[in-house]
Amino acid sequence: MSFASETAKALNAGDAQGAPKAASAKVAARGVNVHYGEKHALKDVFVDIPEKAVTAFIGPSGCGKSTFLRCINRMNDTISTCRVTGEITIDGKDIYDRMLDPVLLRARVGMVFQKPNPFPKSIYENVAYGPRLHGLARSKAELDEIVVRSLRRASLFEEVKDRLDDPGTGLSGGQQQRLCIARAIAVSPEVILMDEPCSALDPIATAKIEELIDELRENFTIVIVTHSMQQAARVSQRTAFFHLGSLVEEGATDQIFTNPKDRRTQDYITGRFG
Amino acid sequence: MGGRVAPVYFSLMVALAALAFMAARARAQQVSRGEALHSRPIYHGLFAACFVLLPMLAIYAIAVPLASGAIERQSLMAADPALLDDALRRGAAFREIQDLAAGRFSGRPSPAIEAGAAVFAYLSGLARWGVGALGLSVGLVGLLYALRAVTPLFRARNRFEAIVRLALLVCAGIAVLTTIGIVFSVLFETIRFFQKVSPTEFLFGTQWSPQTAIRADQGGSSGAFGILPLVAGTALISTIAIFIAGPIGLFAAIYMAEYASPRFRAWAKPVLEILAGIPTVVLGFFAALTVAPLVREFGAMLGLNVASESALAAGIVMGMMIIPFVSSLSDDVITAVPQSLRDGSLAMGATHSETIQRVVLPAALPGIVSAFMLAISRAVGETMIVVMAAGLAANLSFNPLDAVTTFTVQIKTILVGDQEFDSAKTLAAFALGFVLFFFTLTLNVIALAIVRKYREQYD
Repeated sequence: MSFASETAKALNAGDAQGAPKAASAKVAARGVNVHYGEKHALKDVFVDIPEKAVTAFIGPSGCGKSTFLRCINRMNDTISTCRVTGEITIDGKDIYDRMLDPVLLRARVGMVFQKPNPFPKSIYENVAYGPRLHGLARSKAELDEIVVRSLRRASLFEEVKDRLDDPGTGLSGGQQQRLCIARAIAVSPEVILMDEPCSALDPIATAKIEELIDELRENFTIVIVTHSMQQAARVSQRTAFFHLGSLVEEGATDQIFTNPKDRRTQDYITGRFG
Repeated sequence: MGGRVAPVYFSLMVALAALAFMAARARAQQVSRGEALHSRPIYHGLFAACFVLLPMLAIYAIAVPLASGAIERQSLMAADPALLDDALRRGAAFREIQDLAAGRFSGRPSPAIEAGAAVFAYLSGLARWGVGALGLSVGLVGLLYALRAVTPLFRARNRFEAIVRLALLVCAGIAVLTTIGIVFSVLFETIRFFQKVSPTEFLFGTQWSPQTAIRADQGGSSGAFGILPLVAGTALISTIAIFIAGPIGLFAAIYMAEYASPRFRAWAKPVLEILAGIPTVVLGFFAALTVAPLVREFGAMLGLNVASESALAAGIVMGMMIIPFVSSLSDDVITAVPQSLRDGSLAMGATHSETIQRVVLPAALPGIVSAFMLAISRAVGETMIVVMAAGLAANLSFNPLDAVTTFTVQIKTILVGDQEFDSAKTLAAFALGFVLFFFTLTLNVIALAIVRKYREQYD
């Protein structure tokens, strides 16, 4: 057993300062390793991600945090050289089980990308994409309702209600990203993965997205990868710090930022590297 | 006279330019030891070379045609002043004078020609030396000027860039002017044609038999210039071609761009591009000797009467010809769809094929449409395959089993062999060419407009 996993275990055991606990784990990783060809990108990760809370992954570039995020909805399957070993469970069920269809998994685990990537379709069609795909609406009225509800929950509806038929690519960057969030929540996923969702946005758009993430926490389990430690501190309840492919430390966000147990975490959050 | 003076003149020019380059560079290097230069020495050298090259080229381009004109006039004057006003004899006489001066004259020349040849030889020699001396001195002046310009503050780098920009502009201008020139040359002949045949008859007539009487008393061949049978034939063959090339090319492109392993792609793409490189005349005899008999036999099996040259055979082979266009262009636009869109769709729980259907193809659609347009305009303009496989019969028919004919085939048929350039028959070829050109131009403009719109969608 590696150093990192022992740290993670120790942390989970001794994490008793009234912070949200990892007890009701929605997603659990046990000994996850990822190889890209020869490169060992992720080393023996053990982590529990609590339900209906925001978990932030932080760490310097190339530390494996995005790689791990993409393991949770098996997006790494689309890269032919990528090999994942170990066990990741959602609600106790192994998502790398042979019998499980990754396509169905991705309907349960939504994803928002670094750069807003609305489809070159209308705003309406962007949000209706998932529901149509999975047959979630039996009638046009039902589909309309899903679209409007999703746009509202992504706090975009008021801005676009008069132009639902305009192309989604015509929106501003921040609006596009909220459109992508609306698209993701339209299929009612249980988990939403966000891969640096604000890195391409200006501060005002970022603030809006962060506010939105805080609201979405009520209904969804959210995992966010971020480069900004302030963002992690603002939006997350739990934080995991990755370094050189290993999970160094994981715990309540307050504890990670005020009282890190590992030297490397402290060096990173105080800006000594990264 | 240009023929013999050119090699010497141009080698002198290049040598002088090289000299200017080295001299100016050396001088710049020397100057730079004392003071920092605005431009690096190589730019001073390049600027000096241009300053020799461009004036010498200009002198040659202006002086040689002027001198040639003057020499022709003077030598004809010496032979017989009456020749100057006689367009027919003038050309012949000047050819004889030139031949005699070059020692290629066979037989006994007349005294007039001999006199002309003497003047021609004398003036030619004079012009050779004159142009050479003028060019050389202009080149030298340019060299000296450029050398004097080598100072620390001289912006040789910017000047040289301006010259390069000018050269690029000239090249672009030549390309554009060529197009305009072709359009006008066809346009003028077309206007002459419409003075003989009314445009309505041409555009809406249903009879095509471009025979005109050569003698007034000749009977029975007044000519019919209705292009509808040709429009039908062209449309029929192009439609068959695009119905074959469209699906095959598009699906091949989807496989290549989305599913094929890099190894398969690495050898399959070049093979497909070889298909694009097969000369159409080769495809033509493939059509005539292999496909057309097959089509006929197959038709006979089904109890259909198929002409030995059929639109179907030509269309099939033309479809094969444009498959690489469709597939290669579609492959490019499909590959250009950003990966982030595919990821977005896959992350929504779409399968690979759902992603292609619902995201990739709609996003690539404008590009695919323009690929189809370009392929159609290729098919419409194609000649050899149709000449060999579709026949010459101008039938107004939409039956793919009939022999039909197209614009290009008729143009070729009209213009093969000796022609008189004032008959309606010959001029009809230009009118056909103009209509064809207009049609493919329209297709290309539409295709380009679609591509432009498509480009605005991302980035």
